[in-house]
Amino acid sequence: MAARELRAPRRLRSSNRIRRMLANHLATTAAVASTILVMAPLVAIFFYLLYKGASSLNLAFFTRPPAPVGETGGGMGNAILGSAILLGIASALGVPIGIAAGIYVAEFGRGGRLANTIRFTADVLNGVPSIVMGVSVYALIVLPQKHFSAFSGGVALGIMMIPTITRTTEEMLLMVPLSVREAALGLGVPRWRSVLSITLRTASPGVITGCMLAFARVAGETAPLLFTAFGNQFWSTSINQPIAALPLQIFVYATSPYDDWHRLAWAGSLVLILLIVVSVGLVRYVAGRGVLRGAS
Amino acid sequence: MEIRIQVPNVAGESERIQKPAGSSFPDSGSSQSPARAFLQSRRSSAFADRIFSAVILLCALCIFAIVALILYELVSGSRLSIDKFGVAFFFRSAWDPVNGDYGAFPFIYGTLVSSILALIIAVPLAVGVAVFLTEMCPGFLRAPLAFVTELLAAIPSVVYGLWAIFVLVPLLRDSVNPFLIRVLGWSGLFVEPNYGVGMFAGGVILAIMILPIVSSLTREVISAVPQAQREAALALGATRWEMIRMGVLRNARIGIVGAIILGLGRALGETMAVTMVIGNRPEISRSLLDLGYSMASVIANEFSEASDNLYLSALIEIGLALFIVTIVVNALARVLVWAVTRGAPVRGA
Repeated sequence: MAARELRAPRRLRSSNRIRRMLANHLATTAAVASTILVMAPLVAIFFYLLYKGASSLNLAFFTRPPAPVGETGGGMGNAILGSAILLGIASALGVPIGIAAGIYVAEFGRGGRLANTIRFTADVLNGVPSIVMGVSVYALIVLPQKHFSAFSGGVALGIMMIPTITRTTEEMLLMVPLSVREAALGLGVPRWRSVLSITLRTASPGVITGCMLAFARVAGETAPLLFTAFGNQFWSTSINQPIAALPLQIFVYATSPYDDWHRLAWAGSLVLILLIVVSVGLVRYVAGRGVLRGAS
Repeated sequence: MEIRIQVPNVAGESERIQKPAGSSFPDSGSSQSPARAFLQSRRSSAFADRIFSAVILLCALCIFAIVALILYELVSGSRLSIDKFGVAFFFRSAWDPVNGDYGAFPFIYGTLVSSILALIIAVPLAVGVAVFLTEMCPGFLRAPLAFVTELLAAIPSVVYGLWAIFVLVPLLRDSVNPFLIRVLGWSGLFVEPNYGVGMFAGGVILAIMILPIVSSLTREVISAVPQAQREAALALGATRWEMIRMGVLRNARIGIVGAIILGLGRALGETMAVTMVIGNRPEISRSLLDLGYSMASVIANEFSEASDNLYLSALIEIGLALFIVTIVVNALARVLVWAVTRGAPVRGA
């Protein structure tokens, strides 16, 4: 911005100055235009979700299972319940392991070769395509058991949560000043106690942020569920049975030829997006208020 | 800066605890002092400490175990196909489940072409957004705009796919593609038939999906460029654009390449949205408007229908290839991004 005030030296030829100013304006315009162009799809997606989804939302959507082909009505109640169960299993698996691994990298192995390798592996694991995760969990759990199950879907999602949680936990713990740890240890507090109730406690807003982000990310995952949770047209709460999930149901309905199902797919997407946006927004609110604002 | 606000808080708390402990220290010479008694009672907590660090280490090692397990399952699952077709699997175009003849080339081609297309579209936009947000944006707009780009990353793949089927594809079919055919038809890349769905639609939706990650990492890398570089350029009389080009982008270029490669990694493995718009036909065609297929989509579409072991094994081998390629691409990207932002921790993407 300071460039506005600075003038090119008078000696320079004015054509050169014009060229430079033109380039400057061109670059500014390009940057603004690309920002607008990037915002456009987002606005379009939200507009269509509200426009097409909101009209199909009613009580039946939340309370009824899908209607058979040809009948109108029906909802995604079983898929919402299924998603909740799957995400419950995933969080039960992913959150403790992810936080513990983050604690190791930040507190125990800090700067060491093992810790760095773990951090790097977590980053790489984060980039593994979700479909590959689905295939390996299929080979690991579904194939030996010989049936699709909610459990295998939850495991696939849980594994996907681990690297995100590990990395954010680590970063948040690193922001806790060393003097806090020293104070705790200096008082004779055992290491485990100091880590759990001093360091982790101090960093908890950030750690919770990480968990919510991981949760929001896997909440919309479809690919790992295709051949683990598989989907189900009926109510099911058993973790040993195939189970419906919201993203899975959206995929099936979106690619179907029926108008009624398309409407349900839009409504399902709206619910899914609201779930994710609310959790991400909540995270930003908590993190923005919390002590570790700078990091999140 | 925010941490400092926290410090007095914690310090205040520990001070409260410190007082009684501090007052007992002078007595610690005698063997029956409370301090010594306390220290002796700590033997059990040393045991607890050992247990705790062992559990923590075990959880950390889980991450290695997961990667190893994935690799093992994929390799053992694709054994049948590897034995039968060998390396040639990746260069053959046959995909005939009826006769048990498989080759992954059309899928590799589809994945590469759609990903490169996505990069061509997304990278200039992403860098533009990052430059705008870090160097030009008025302060009050920065946080909301950054939030909105992050929101793009939070939209699930399947929702992108749904939007693409009902909004993007008709738009491409009716207005964008006819224009491309008219203007760029001579290159042979944009010719009839124009289905709407196809390689180009896949590339466009991928571009929209990888934009947030590329732009947020680019932003991070640009922010890591020392302020002095900018000041130096401005002091020499550079315009803002010259300052950005010479002072910022040149210093950040390795990191930006890292961000682009990371975006490529995302694009290669993206499944649902691509599956919904790429057309799903295992043939190679020069025209980008023609139907295609990608590695991730073929797994998503055909895995649960795979009737015999060889079919399943061929699909798992495609998954193995995808796994290895994305790991290499991601590792490369991380190394490049780290090289630039070392010191300032990279945010988990």
